[in-house]
Amino acid sequence: MTSIEVGAIVAERTVHLTRESLVRYAGASGDFNPIHYRDDVAQRVGLPGVLAHGMLTMGIAVETIVEWLGDSGRILEYGVRFTRPVVVDAENGAELTVVAKIGAVDDEALRVDLTVSHGDTVVLGKAQVRVRAAA
Amino acid sequence: MPVNPDLVGREFPPTPPYLVGREKVREFARAVFATDPQHTDPAAAQALGYADVIAPPTFAMVVQDLTLQQLLSEPDSGIALERTVHAEQRFRYTRPIIAGDELTARLQVTNVRAFGKGAMVTSEAEITDAAGAHVVTAISVLLIGGEE
Repeated sequence: MTSIEVGAIVAERTVHLTRESLVRYAGASGDFNPIHYRDDVAQRVGLPGVLAHGMLTMGIAVETIVEWLGDSGRILEYGVRFTRPVVVDAENGAELTVVAKIGAVDDEALRVDLTVSHGDTVVLGKAQVRVRAAA
Repeated sequence: MPVNPDLVGREFPPTPPYLVGREKVREFARAVFATDPQHTDPAAAQALGYADVIAPPTFAMVVQDLTLQQLLSEPDSGIALERTVHAEQRFRYTRPIIAGDELTARLQVTNVRAFGKGAMVTSEAEITDAAGAHVVTAISVLLIGGEE
């Protein structure tokens, strides 16, 4: 493994979400809340539009580091706060950008901090992954 | 009905065993844009020392969701789905979930805190395998809005 200094970017990617992505995640996860695929329902409950599932954003974010980790079984703990919604436009979808940086290092574990943005807005708070140090 | 503070400490019966299928892991991996072959190719997972494909880390939610259904259907909970927002989520892993695992989850409500007119409800689902060994604990914080 190369540099694991605090502040080093270890992985990043941009994912383009469409309404199809949301329907696919609904089916895979079993979360069929209609605010994730129906404009009329989203509007009725006062949302700015159809939203991505928070758990989809959380899932996309952590997968960004799996190739760098080698073995996703090294993940000891992963937590996020859902701070801002991701509106997925019917025509244009939405772009999520994930940047993974080393936040802290000790003998047994690393902390990887994930910054997940939709445009200029950071959508997850305290998105941190604790990872077992490589053998 | 407001959120019932007596939920704290309440333990729920274990969920029926959930058998993790290889195709379900592949389907979930595709849905979260998990492109690494360890999630889809048994040979790639075996090269890392696992018996079968490795579920993406947030797959634990599929099993945890069975416990949240128990919580929502508790008649005295005061938790209404249409006023519920997922505020925080955390997973603590002993090991990753692997296709072929038979998983059971046991829910406990650990905190109910007033929040404006509503409440923040923290629950922990302990997920164990067929041998009873710990796999992952899934912790959710739900924000339940007050009634108008």
